Amino acid sequence: MAAPVTIPYARYSIESAQWWIGRALSALVARAGIKASDIDGLCVSSFTMGTDSGIGLTQHFGLCVRWLDTIPLGGASAIAALRKAARAVQAHDADIVACVAGDTNHVDSFRLTLENFSRFNQDAVYPYGAGGANASFALIARNYMRTYGVTREDVGRIAVAQRANALRNPHALMKTPLTIEQYLAARPISDPIHLFDCVMPCAGAEAFLVMRDETAASLGLPAARLLSTIERHNAFADDPMQVRGGWAMDVGELYAMAGVKPDDLDIVQTYDDYPVITMMQFEDLGFCNKGEGAAFVRQHDLTVDGDFPHNTSGGQLSAGQAGAAGAYLGLVEGLRQVLGEAGPTQVKDAKLGLASGFGMINYDRGLASGAVIFAGPAR
Amino acid sequence: MLQRCVACGAFAYPAREACPACLSGSLAFVDAPRRGALLAETTARVPSDVYFRERAPWRIGLVKMDCGPTMVAHLHADCVEGAPVLVSFQLDKGGQAVAFARPEGETPNMADDRQWREMTADPKFRRVLVTNGRSLIGQEAVAALKAAGAKTVFVGVAEPWRPFAGEQLLRGQQGIEVVTLDAADEKSATDLAADIGGKVDILVNTTEYVRPGGLLDRRGTSIARDEIDQAYLGFINLAQAFGPAMRMRGADGANSSAAWVNILSVHALANWPAFGAYSASQAACLSLSHCLRAELRPGGVKVLNLFTGPVDNEWFQTVPPPKVAPRAVAQAIVSGLRGGLEEMYVGDVAEEIRQRLAANPKAVERELDK
Repeated sequence: MAAPVTIPYARYSIESAQWWIGRALSALVARAGIKASDIDGLCVSSFTMGTDSGIGLTQHFGLCVRWLDTIPLGGASAIAALRKAARAVQAHDADIVACVAGDTNHVDSFRLTLENFSRFNQDAVYPYGAGGANASFALIARNYMRTYGVTREDVGRIAVAQRANALRNPHALMKTPLTIEQYLAARPISDPIHLFDCVMPCAGAEAFLVMRDETAASLGLPAARLLSTIERHNAFADDPMQVRGGWAMDVGELYAMAGVKPDDLDIVQTYDDYPVITMMQFEDLGFCNKGEGAAFVRQHDLTVDGDFPHNTSGGQLSAGQAGAAGAYLGLVEGLRQVLGEAGPTQVKDAKLGLASGFGMINYDRGLASGAVIFAGPAR
Repeated sequence: MLQRCVACGAFAYPAREACPACLSGSLAFVDAPRRGALLAETTARVPSDVYFRERAPWRIGLVKMDCGPTMVAHLHADCVEGAPVLVSFQLDKGGQAVAFARPEGETPNMADDRQWREMTADPKFRRVLVTNGRSLIGQEAVAALKAAGAKTVFVGVAEPWRPFAGEQLLRGQQGIEVVTLDAADEKSATDLAADIGGKVDILVNTTEYVRPGGLLDRRGTSIARDEIDQAYLGFINLAQAFGPAMRMRGADGANSSAAWVNILSVHALANWPAFGAYSASQAACLSLSHCLRAELRPGGVKVLNLFTGPVDNEWFQTVPPPKVAPRAVAQAIVSGLRGGLEEMYVGDVAEEIRQRLAANPKAVERELDK
């Protein structure tokens, strides 16, 4: 994995999703020092491309590829894209795959995405107060917090630490400090979800390239190695409410394949559409046991300089959620970290990273989950 | 009603095309046990949709049904997390069937719940116009609506100087106002709407014009013309006079308009040759009611059609029982409004025709020819 790029986010954009994806492709080519015609595989994710899919984009951007995919997995899109792209280059179906996610945010885009998200959602969620993801995750959060005795202050530690990280990231949409007092005093959105539990929808794009080691070497490109990855959908369907994600099903394989332990990781980037979901990931990804997430965040410093550097660019909570690019944000930042290219958010000596994804609250729970462990050239 | 797999018996929700337990394609909608437990609740305070934004905070929850599925549901204010609830599908203001959870037992003033009243058209606290106070059904409707807590019942009477049976039940009563209305007269309808159109929350169209006979035993079109004038054109006059203001007032604070009720013969659905031309006029009204429902929907105003068999009044003297008591029709109006329904069948004849039409419509046509 090479050439992680982020097109700086904007709260609202009059441009189309295709414009943002185009900027990301352009940045990939420039960053990698290759020609657009060297890209022979393309994988895209977007909520706001209208009727376009990957195939339309090949002609739009003048790309001639021999491997193509469009991944509509929301917050799990980046992990899924990486997995597929890695298999493609491993099998020599392609040599250089561009993995891109980008979305625009017009004034009414977010509401339209909510309204038209999925059939179950249209049928059995949207007509119930139209609270969107906030209301759906509020139900999950309330049940989780009650079941495991988690307080808002516990959850707030995650949001507060990410804001501290975001203040180092010049492209983060949130630019003012956040204290735990401010977090607790925020207005309620859908109890127990309050303002600073919510991401800011915005426009933006994220991308990286996937290629074999020798391709990267021949291009002289610094690259991170993929050590292991897992993906799971509609896990634990019999749990009446979601208290764990699909990671819990495959986490043993994730570490065994990589040959590392959770303690070995230098940086962790979780999918933080709500901090309570991040807390769930700390448990399901093996950093602590189920029900110990609150204690874990009390015992650790999650900032760039802390003992558990987490969502170092500020995450979606503080950098913004650019639609499907939100899935890529953690992985792209993680790649920058292990490549030593993270600049103001760089964690010292970061060599080994984990990024996770979570997506598609089709009805009452997030269905898609995935995770990846990767290593920088220094390891 | 939930889907249930014909092959393995599992219940499924939301509606789908294959059973999530065994992948069978045979999923039938059946009456499902209504009991469940409230797993978690939330209060949406900043909804993205303008309708809910105006009504926020709005409380919803996730209910684990005893029969299996979990359902997102609107919550009655008395629902408590962890406690049993009863779930029913209600028609919301957009006409969509949505799950609503109520506490299992009765609680004080249960029907006055704010979110529940959004799903229904309960006459309590509302102002109602009953369009024809000369008919038995009209008079019974006035009494039933008053008893159900309607604030004011306006009752239309054509040529009010002419005395009529039951007049003393309407005049001089607290909360009942007799108004001049001849629905078949466009000017009469318009004049009344100019006077009280902005105060009608529920309109109950009790226009009644029943004459026996079909085609061949009548001469000319004069009776048919009367039937059309009174029932069909009368409906149009009422709709044009009162409909626009009702549609505009669907979200008019606490005193918003809520529903339009039509009382139709069940023979609107299947012609009864003994009253063949009357049946046809009722079919025309039924068709028009669907148009009205669609046109009132943007304002969140429901249209409730009550289908009745022959009513126990002078125009059906020659028809043998069973007949529908006018009081039963009146009670059905109230219960239909309280339930927020779009359709009700009142009495044994109407219910039988409903069932038989679903089973074998050609047989109904053949057998009504007696």
